Amino acid sequence: MPTLTLIQAVNDGLKVAMRQDESVLVFGEDVGPKGGVFLATEGLTAEFGKERCFDTPLSEDGIVGTAIGMAANGLRPVCEIQFQDFIFPAFDQIVSEAAKLRYRSGGQYTAPMVIRTPYGGGIRGGLYHSQSGEAYFTHTAGLKVVIPSTPYDAKGLLLASIADPDPVLFMEPKALYRHLKADVPEGHYTVDLSTLRQVREGDDVTVFCYGSMVPVVEKAANKAAEQGIHCQVVDLRTLLPLDEQGVLEAARKTGRVVVVHEAPRFCGYGAEISAIIAENIIEYMEAPIRRVTGFDTPFPNTLEHHYLPDERRVLDAIEEVAKY
Amino acid sequence: MPQLIQLIDPQGQVLGELPDLSADRLKELFVHMLRVRVTDGRMLTLQRAGRIGFVGTSTGMEASQIGSAAALQPQDWLWSGLREGGAAVMRGLPLSEYVAQMYCNANDTAKGRQMCNHFQHKGSHYPSWSSVIGTQIPHGVGAALASQRRGEDAVHAIYFGDGATSSNGFHSGMNFAAVWKVPAVFVCVNNGWAISVSAKQQTAAESYAHKASAYGMPAARVDGNDLLACYATMQAAVARARSGEGPSLVVLETYRMMGHSSSDDPSKYRDEAEVEHWRTRDPIARFEQYLLANQILEDGERATIEATLTAEIDRVIHEQESADPMALKTLVEDVYADVPNHLKRQYNDFIEVAERHGDAQPGDGAFPL
Ligand SMILES: Cc1ncc(C[n+]2csc(CCOP(=O)(O)OP(=O)(O)O)c2C)c(N)n1
Ligand SMILES: [Mg+2]
Repeated sequence: MPTLTLIQAVNDGLKVAMRQDESVLVFGEDVGPKGGVFLATEGLTAEFGKERCFDTPLSEDGIVGTAIGMAANGLRPVCEIQFQDFIFPAFDQIVSEAAKLRYRSGGQYTAPMVIRTPYGGGIRGGLYHSQSGEAYFTHTAGLKVVIPSTPYDAKGLLLASIADPDPVLFMEPKALYRHLKADVPEGHYTVDLSTLRQVREGDDVTVFCYGSMVPVVEKAANKAAEQGIHCQVVDLRTLLPLDEQGVLEAARKTGRVVVVHEAPRFCGYGAEISAIIAENIIEYMEAPIRRVTGFDTPFPNTLEHHYLPDERRVLDAIEEVAKY
Repeated sequence: MPQLIQLIDPQGQVLGELPDLSADRLKELFVHMLRVRVTDGRMLTLQRAGRIGFVGTSTGMEASQIGSAAALQPQDWLWSGLREGGAAVMRGLPLSEYVAQMYCNANDTAKGRQMCNHFQHKGSHYPSWSSVIGTQIPHGVGAALASQRRGEDAVHAIYFGDGATSSNGFHSGMNFAAVWKVPAVFVCVNNGWAISVSAKQQTAAESYAHKASAYGMPAARVDGNDLLACYATMQAAVARARSGEGPSLVVLETYRMMGHSSSDDPSKYRDEAEVEHWRTRDPIARFEQYLLANQILEDGERATIEATLTAEIDRVIHEQESADPMALKTLVEDVYADVPNHLKRQYNDFIEVAERHGDAQPGDGAFPL
């Protein structure tokens, strides 16, 4: 089995989808001959021609808006927004149009499409090349929001997203693009949207996380294990629709919960996880739920290593929740 | 297609009436162009050495930014994109602040929050761009309206690239400016590329100047590697705006000689022959020829100036290498006018862990609550 990085797995997933289905098109800024600023689309124009993988003018609004029309008329657009920070010019098209087309037409028209975009910090990109904006989109009914954290999931979730009948925002943790290589099967396979992944078993504390925070949490969990605190680590990987049953089972198992994301805390995704647990199984909770998140500030540049939740902040929360 | 305005051709031949500038001023502008090139070179070296994170150079575009911005008055504003840092220095941004911004260190006036190449200088009316392409265009228009309402004698020069003409901000900005007849000049620096997307792929219009007519404003197309043509055209556009006749578009046709940034490998998408063609149109060499022919510059003087400029930038780099560590409280400052309580609490939780690990400096301690 080939071993690939996360970004190679994305690239492989795109190729597999394009080979299998002629209606799959890839487009965006610099995705053609350059292969994307992170090289996610490298080699696609060479293999599939510029009719199927092409550069667009510099307009996210144009990219997403035209993708919706293509999707409504029989194509499978997989468009790229170069950085998630630059998705906001397309916010209207995503929130008002892609997410609501099925609903407002009584199911007569739909927008089966994927918007891929790298998100998150770790590359010293400052305010506008580092943000984690998932919560803006998980608040949007009609949209699916997927965030892989491993090469295997990246490919399988991407192929599932492309096959999905609804619009999917596929957010790629850029900090993990070249983090490690792992086995990725050749050819077509999918990972179900709406299933979480058990990263690690443990009976003492449950830590929910996704995307770039997964390896950080794994490290903290290793450290915690040295002190005899055994964490169950859960990678949510599809934020919308969420595997609610899976979340509740995992939380009930230990009764002690930490939620970790790099996005800001206030109204962040962790708030939803906390609320779901509180509403459904508060009687099983042995400790208050703790969130470890980015600050409720814009994303800094020089101090990004302090902004981003790190192993020790996660460990601190795990210890606190375990001791409670 | 509007005629390309050119006053000195690539061979150094004078083609039209030159703006009335003293020999000293001409030499000054030459030095400003050289400073841009020397500074870019030094920044690339620092980037390769891992001292700074990112550089977007203006190599090949020095005449565009220096020539056009030189036509502005001190009270005028310059709304910038990625590559106008050299114009900022010419207009008053201290080189030390320029370099501090590239280091994103504690001396950076923006407190190390932006990535490199995002300069600002309040004293010379130079806000930084955000990074989001095209958003500064309507900002400049609104600010021009404010100047107009107060009856100020300030023109707003709004800079952006060929790629930015596809942004929503370009459309709204151009449209509003013409409808409101504000004192603004739109400066489109067409350097041939928006990262890997060529200027020809960006629009089906015959030229970028064509876009102005749809908004109801005039446009000029200029050889952006001809310093004096940039100056003269910009001067006319600024005078028009200043006299209340409304906005116009100036398109500076130039070329990005290097990659989009230090992270870009242009060999993947463009032909080296195109770069070579533009190398023969180098803006600095062209102006140097003119200055030499007119005895404003002496043989060998360029090398002397470059050596001085190199020493100057190296001195500044040396100073900026030893900045203090960034105060950790900058994490939560400037989000609002005052640090709200919830941010003080978040900071206090954070600093408790940081202090335990010996990461905090004096002054980084918790906020009193
Ligand atoms: C809204 C938005 N989309 C994408 C980007 C990524 N990006 C940064 S610079 C750039 C190209 C800009 O080209 P142009 O406007 O011609 O300016 P130049 O870099 O050539 O000076 C792109 C696509 C961005 N910064 N903002
Ligand atoms: Mg350009």
